[in-house]
Formats: sequence, structure tokens, C-alpha cells
Amino acid sequence: MAKTALYDIADKNLQGALASFLQSLLADDNISAVMVPMRQSGNDTVMQTLVTDPEQLSAADPFSPAFPMNAARLVSRLTKRSPGETVATVLRPCEIRAHIELVKLKQGQVDDIIIIGIDCPGTLQNNDFRKLAGKDPESTTDRFLTAALDGKTQFDEAVELPPACKICTHPVPEGADIGIGIFGMDIKKQFLLSAGTEKGEGLLDRLGLNVQEPPDGREEAVGSIVSAREASQGEVFAAVHEKTDTPEKLAEYLSGCINCYNCRVACPVCYCRECVFVTDVFDHDPFQYLRWAKRRGKIRMPTDTVFYHLTRMAHMTTACVGCGQCSNACPNDIPLAELFSMTASHTQNAFDYEAGRSLEEDPPLAVFREDEFAEVVEIKH
Amino acid sequence: MDDFEPTIIAFVCNWCTYTAADLAGTSRLTYPTNVRLIRVMCTGMVDPKYIIKAFLEGADAVLVSGCHPGDCHYINGNYKARRRMKLLKAILPRYGFSEQRLKLTWIGASDGIQFARTIREMVEEIKELGPNEARNAAVV
Repeated sequence: MAKTALYDIADKNLQGALASFLQSLLADDNISAVMVPMRQSGNDTVMQTLVTDPEQLSAADPFSPAFPMNAARLVSRLTKRSPGETVATVLRPCEIRAHIELVKLKQGQVDDIIIIGIDCPGTLQNNDFRKLAGKDPESTTDRFLTAALDGKTQFDEAVELPPACKICTHPVPEGADIGIGIFGMDIKKQFLLSAGTEKGEGLLDRLGLNVQEPPDGREEAVGSIVSAREASQGEVFAAVHEKTDTPEKLAEYLSGCINCYNCRVACPVCYCRECVFVTDVFDHDPFQYLRWAKRRGKIRMPTDTVFYHLTRMAHMTTACVGCGQCSNACPNDIPLAELFSMTASHTQNAFDYEAGRSLEEDPPLAVFREDEFAEVVEIKH
Repeated sequence: MDDFEPTIIAFVCNWCTYTAADLAGTSRLTYPTNVRLIRVMCTGMVDPKYIIKAFLEGADAVLVSGCHPGDCHYINGNYKARRRMKLLKAILPRYGFSEQRLKLTWIGASDGIQFARTIREMVEEIKELGPNEARNAAVV
């Protein structure tokens, strides 16, 4: 059983308690900085911010539903080589799992960071976040948490959780050194701190917090969230499959794509330093387009759209953590997260692999064994 | 669809299956002309996007064929190819590219007879299955 502690919330002020918890991390001799989502001055955006001055942490807002990017990319920037000092990073479960994938792809490491994971009730796409923030941005997080912890997925007339979050079966930060728990807790009184690693246990000890068991309802609350999400995942995957089970239907599903590649830029696990689709390979000669058009009587411009998405599936779905940033980044609202999550469930199953589960499991396409997958070979002798 | 002649794109490795195809020819074995051979140095260099592109361009089937396990000229390229086939078989059939259209075989350099038989059987099977749906659709 992991070591857990309860952190008291004064004056029903969750934000204040989180800020003081983060300040206590910064006061630890081993931690030089904290990276946490923070309200940016002068407007209502919330963005990951690297903080060394404890005073600044009063604007920290880790439970804000804003999710402008998957922070695994930022952690990768901080850890591609050792920064020489330790940074505590406050991350959502999908950000932690994406970072684990990047570590396995040698684009980051975990030695110089302490991962503070949060229980994630979900996020909002950028437009929806701005709508919910509206005229009262100060209270956005409180309004969101109150409704989300009540099991709601709809927050305003036109604001609801994106499909990626509705079907996410990893609401609890597995792999974090310390998890901040809010499911099954009375967040006017206490939040839960649970150490998931030795590093986390050491930190909990140094912080001098009283080790206490989580309250009774905690496990049940997490269980019911996961089973609700599993149910909607099944429905969503079935619906997407129905819409994409022939090449023509897949093309129709992707017909709004303008080859902007925003989904690839936003994807935390699209790991290639240079994507082949922006190289000269796809800088076709003008006559080539005419030749294609003549062969079939017409050709969709821009070309290579289905080709791009299928290739991206082959590249990254074994590492897909289902964070939904592809959908968030799409200018034409193509439901990419559902499509890629569905494909990821098949490719990860094929290799008995789960993205972000463990640093010990090798990425499926990076290894091979002599005696395996005989079923894909037609003639064996 | 009696007059349907499938197009099969075959990525064959220089050291084994290509040599087997050559042997089939020099031995005057006959096999259908539906297959377009693409010689690669090793099945380990067959990028998944070559296969995806072949299907989107209208190929009715894709064959990847190399050395038997343990015989790879580059020691382990065929094992990597096998993982990639496993991956593609988890993706492409979901989108209507039937699993039967994507095949991996090991055909050694001395197996000219096996090569000719493989192509004959594959052409028969794909004729039965009918054309790849993406062939006439403007799916790119």
C-alpha cells in the first residue's frame, strides 16, 4: 500500500492550499523550481509556468480545466539533458504517460524531476475553456470542479467535456512520484497526497506530513469514474468504427483536413524531429497532380491526406495516450482523438502494450524477438 | 468479376525472395503476371508507408517477402518486418483494407518453385476477394 497523507484545506480555499503545498515543495532543499499551470497576468489564460519565487505560486491553478497543450513536450525540453537541478512538475495523468513514452524514446528522463500528478476530472478544449471562463474567469476552476466532481460532463449550455476526456480510463495519476487526489474527497476540507514511488515517499517524509489512510469513499469514487468512462469508450469506439470501416468512409471522415499538420505538432508522442510529410518527398512536381487526376478523373486537393493520417497511425498509435490534443488543435473540428484512440487500442492490444504504463516495457516497434507473431506469416517453411 | 485482374505489389528482398523469383524465371516456371516486384535490400527497410501508399494507389494486395528467420543477410531485418506487419494488420483491416490483402512470407533463395506457387495462390485468392475498394475511389 502506497504511503498517503491528507493535506488540510484552510477556509475552504483549495487554490490557497495547493499554493501553500507547492510553496512547501519549493522550500525543500532538493527542489529548485516548480512547473505548474498558472493563471497568466492580464488575461484569463492558464499556461504551464516554471517558478522559482514562492510568492508567484499564489497564481498556480493546477486543476483549471484549461489544457492548451500536453505538457509532456515541456518536460521533455527540461530533461532532454540533465538540467543539473531538480524540478517538481505538476502534470495530468495523460501528460505523465506521454512523458514516460518520450523517456523510452530517449527524448527526456525522469531522474531530475519529481512528478506531482493530479486526479483529472477532465479538461476543456480551448474555445470551450474561454466560453466557460466568460466574464468571471476568477471562479472558472471552482465552477468546473464543483460540477465535474458531481459527475457532470456539461458545464454551460454549449460547454462540455471533449470526447477524449469522456472516454479516458486513466483519471488517476499512475506513475507520479506524488499524486494529488480529489476524487472521493471533500475538497473543502482536505486533499489526498499519495506517494507512488520511493522518491515520492522520501519527499512526503521530508515535508513532515502525517501519514494517514485515504478516506473510505476514495476507492469507490475512482472505480465508478473509471467504469463510466469505460462504458462511454465502448460506445464511442463503436460509433467511430461504424463511420470509418471502408476506405471511402475514412476519407469522408477526414474530408475537412487541410494538411496543416497541427495534430502532429500538438501530439506529445509524435516524436520524429522532422516529419516526412513536410520534406521534399511530398513536394510533388506539378505534372504529378495532373497525372493522378487523369488516372481517376479527379483528385482531392490537398493530396496525401488519408495517407498522412494512416502513416501517423503507424508511427504513433502504439504510444498514443489519448490526451485529445489532436482534436484540440484541429482548425476544422475533425474528431481525431476518437479515431486515434480507437486505433491505439488495437495496436497496443496487438503488442500487449499500454502507452505510459511502465518505463520497463520497450516500445513495440523498437524491439523484436526471434520467436513471435507466427500468425502474421503466411508460409513458414 | 471474371475479367478482374488484380494488381499485386510485392516487396521482395534482394538476398532471398528476389533470388527465388529469378530462379523461377531461369527454371522456366510460369506464374501470373499480376505481380509487380519491387526489389529492396531487406524486408527490414519496407516502411509501413510504402504499403499504405500501395493500397491508396489501388493495389489489390501487397506481399512482403524475405529470408527465413535466422537467414537474414542483415541478421534481423526480417524480424523487424514481421513486427511492422503485425502493426499494419492491427490498423488497415479496421478501415476496410481486408487482412487477406496484406501478406508476409519467407521464401529462400533456392525456393523458385515456392515463389511461383505463392504468386499463383495469391492471385487466385485476390480474384476471389475482388478489387480493393480504394482502387477507383479518389482516396488519397
